Amino acid sequence: MGAYLVRRFFLMLLTLFGMSVLIFVLLRVMPGNISDILFESAGLVNPAEKAKIEKELGLDQPLVVQYSTWISGLLRGDLGYAYVSEKPALDEILPRIPITAKLAVLALFFSIVLGVPLGVISAVKQDTPLDYALRVVSLSGLSLPSFWLALLILMGFVHFLGWIPIYTDKPATIWHELALLSIPAAAVGFRASALIMRLTRSSMLEVLRQDYIRTARAKGASAASVNYDHALRNAVLPVITIIGIEAAFLIGGLIVTETVFNIPGVARFLVEAIRWRDYPIVQNLVMFIAVVVVVVNFLVDMAYVVLDPRIKYED
Amino acid sequence: MAVLDHRAELNRAGANATGFFGTARFLMRRYPLGAVGAVIVVLFVLTALFAPWLTAYDPTSTNPRASLARPTADHILGADFMGRDMWSRVAYGARISLAVGVGSTFLGCLIGVAVGLTSGYFGGWYDLLIQRLIDIMQALPLLVMALVMAASLGPSLQNTIIAIAIPLVPNVARVIRSNTLSLREMPYVEAARAVGMSELGIAVRHVLPNTLAPLIVLATAQLGAAILTEAALSFLGLGIPEPHPSWGRMLSESAAEYVRTAPWLVIFPGIAISLAVFGTNLLGDALRDYLDPRQRT
Amino acid sequence: MDARADVQPEAGAQALLEVDDLQTYFFTRQGVVKAVDGVSFALRRGETLAIVGESGCGKSITALSLLRLIPDPPGRIVGGTVRLAGHDLMTLDEPAMRNVRGNDISMIFQEPMTSLNPVMTIGRQIAEVILLHQDVSRKEALAKAVEMLRLVRIPEPEQRVREYPHQLSGGMRQRAMIAIALACNPKVLIADEPTTALDVTIQAQILELIVELQQKLGTAVILITHDLGVVAETAQRVIVMYAGRKVEEAPVGELFAHALHPYTHGLLASIPRLDLMRGEVNDTPQRLQEITGIVPALTDLPQGCVFAPRCKFADDRCRAQYPPYEQKRSGHWAACWNSDALYGGALHA
Repeated sequence: MGAYLVRRFFLMLLTLFGMSVLIFVLLRVMPGNISDILFESAGLVNPAEKAKIEKELGLDQPLVVQYSTWISGLLRGDLGYAYVSEKPALDEILPRIPITAKLAVLALFFSIVLGVPLGVISAVKQDTPLDYALRVVSLSGLSLPSFWLALLILMGFVHFLGWIPIYTDKPATIWHELALLSIPAAAVGFRASALIMRLTRSSMLEVLRQDYIRTARAKGASAASVNYDHALRNAVLPVITIIGIEAAFLIGGLIVTETVFNIPGVARFLVEAIRWRDYPIVQNLVMFIAVVVVVVNFLVDMAYVVLDPRIKYED
Repeated sequence: MAVLDHRAELNRAGANATGFFGTARFLMRRYPLGAVGAVIVVLFVLTALFAPWLTAYDPTSTNPRASLARPTADHILGADFMGRDMWSRVAYGARISLAVGVGSTFLGCLIGVAVGLTSGYFGGWYDLLIQRLIDIMQALPLLVMALVMAASLGPSLQNTIIAIAIPLVPNVARVIRSNTLSLREMPYVEAARAVGMSELGIAVRHVLPNTLAPLIVLATAQLGAAILTEAALSFLGLGIPEPHPSWGRMLSESAAEYVRTAPWLVIFPGIAISLAVFGTNLLGDALRDYLDPRQRT
Repeated sequence: MDARADVQPEAGAQALLEVDDLQTYFFTRQGVVKAVDGVSFALRRGETLAIVGESGCGKSITALSLLRLIPDPPGRIVGGTVRLAGHDLMTLDEPAMRNVRGNDISMIFQEPMTSLNPVMTIGRQIAEVILLHQDVSRKEALAKAVEMLRLVRIPEPEQRVREYPHQLSGGMRQRAMIAIALACNPKVLIADEPTTALDVTIQAQILELIVELQQKLGTAVILITHDLGVVAETAQRVIVMYAGRKVEEAPVGELFAHALHPYTHGLLASIPRLDLMRGEVNDTPQRLQEITGIVPALTDLPQGCVFAPRCKFADDRCRAQYPPYEQKRSGHWAACWNSDALYGGALHA
């Protein structure tokens, strides 16, 4: 168990290191850096001035130097300066995290509360009209682009209520903020719940095929007891791992949803930074997302060890 | 004991299905959702192929007088700010969507199969390296990865296909690898080895054909994801450039503003994306049930 | 309160369990699979009845049919009656049937590794069946579970009730399964290949345990197996099944001494006997006999005797008409046109 934990932890570090190299390489092969964009948009073509800016930003250094500057800074908590705002990148990123985090937790909450029970019902009622209806709902959840769903929600508000639930700078109360956030969270969560529902259903169906389900029936257990006592207990375990997958899935949804609802979170900020080739912001933000995904998956694995009596990881 | 109608029971199980149409009819009854999906996908492909014959306007020609025209007989789905016919743009958009969807799925599966098959089959340090690479790539959400790729490659149809194909690779490679690993231990593979068949021969003759079913299932699922990712990239302005009529792009053009003034500009491209993805997902599910009933998502 | 009140034995009822013309079919794309096709038998109190045959002959489906646990679709019990102490189980509604399962008739399965719920403790799994059928508290049920584990001779039962199936060996798990099956003191215990998945040394222990507990508790046992060696050690009567039908039935000694069906002869000849192979009985060492061919696809059964395609004695009549199932000797039934000619003459002499 301890050995497994340590090994798993080092693998996580290795993944993050590989990630940082990958991000760095990807961003440096981008055609055109910030100075190109600034000069194109400003209509200036003075090569000397361009070179000066590049030197200031360290873009004239060899890639290895640029990379080690970034990583050593990152380890010291120094993320460099944003090109566009010229403020420290950390100061740009940190204040935006809580908003996105709240949104993500709310969306995850919606998706679990909706996805798990409906997935179980769908499996238990396999091939009945109810199952078909639920499968269509979950599939359509996976088929609607979340930004379109967000737009439809906006449209509904405009049409029926006459106002748009746009996130203003500082909501007055927690409840106000919660109400405002729960609308985009529902847009993201609906899609995520569809994923949970499908995985819960297939996990449940798999368990219902097992020999011990037949044993339970041979004991005289009722259908409800077989389904909810014997099967669900086994089926929820794989569903827990879904939360790890969900972390990555939710972030994709948050990026577009924050854009539609104009929410000043990190996800929307990433898109803006990519458009501006603002390397310090992009590489640190993408790295941050990778850390979140990897750490969530690590925690999920640990939870699995605690919850499943069979897993011991003694090797 | 209830009297049973054997014929009815057998028809339900599909025992009397013969010939192409008989089999098709049985499959439609057994997988009604899959049949709906197949119809949607066929319509989607037909629209893409025959867009010029289905539309009256060029999707890129502007007409100031038709700016923000409501849906009428002239413009059945209305027109956008520049007076371009929405039905033309939605119909031609099917081409972009199909090209990016199929192109990136095909490319992603091609690389994924090559990587997964070789790493599962040969193992060793090569497999370890590939596994770590897969781990690394999977630590980033599909959209984030595609965003960074798209931005670094620059906006064009070709680059969008690549930007979506690469993030699809690890998923395909992982499934094919684990499938290959289990196939490698199969008795018939052992037998092939015992009679002196070469490793490459075994990989191509015995292992590859048996990964076909999961691959088809996986590819259909990825197709929907690819179409959605293209839409999101274009929506964020990092996918298909103007003036190509991409569904996602149509929604980006200050869509939030048109929510008030011209809802048809928001509704129709969205329906197009959702239907196309819904169709492929329905079809993919039915294929999974049919080809690979034990595989899980 | 005894949940079994509705199936009290009737006065004069000879057999405890009477199965009459049971038919269980599976409806598949390939056609109707007649997995059990008109099987009848009776089980007396305290008796051990063995059902033998190759895999796929319908013996397990017969067992599951008795408990009405056939997965539907694709399976369906299409005909026949199963009477437990005179009451037809086929007409019971689902709640009444649940009262029978695990209580009047219980079952042990082939795979002890997968037949126990991996995320429930052994104790809970035994207590569950007790709580389902008896009016006791949770605490009493758990105490009974410990007692049952002691009965099936699992060491340190107080400790084991708190453990999970994966912490037990295969033999221990099968003992736990037996504890579950016998917890409510059933009238009938169905053991479906209970030792097949176990090591040879463990097999003997489990069989001994079943026989011993059967004698102690007076339970009637239906033992399903493909192993005639197991039959010889445990059963009083034997039914031989082939392709969903019963082909022979006799007391165990009678069957081993005077088998009347070529298929049964084939099964007997395929038991490895060292004395024969070493040439200790006859002068020349004999090779192990096998039955040539395979069980026919149940969707495509031959018109006449189902065994005819594999039978070296089959003639035109065998291929044209299914033989009647007749009593050929006292208490000994078989379905073969030629049994008299092949085996009967010598016996009557």
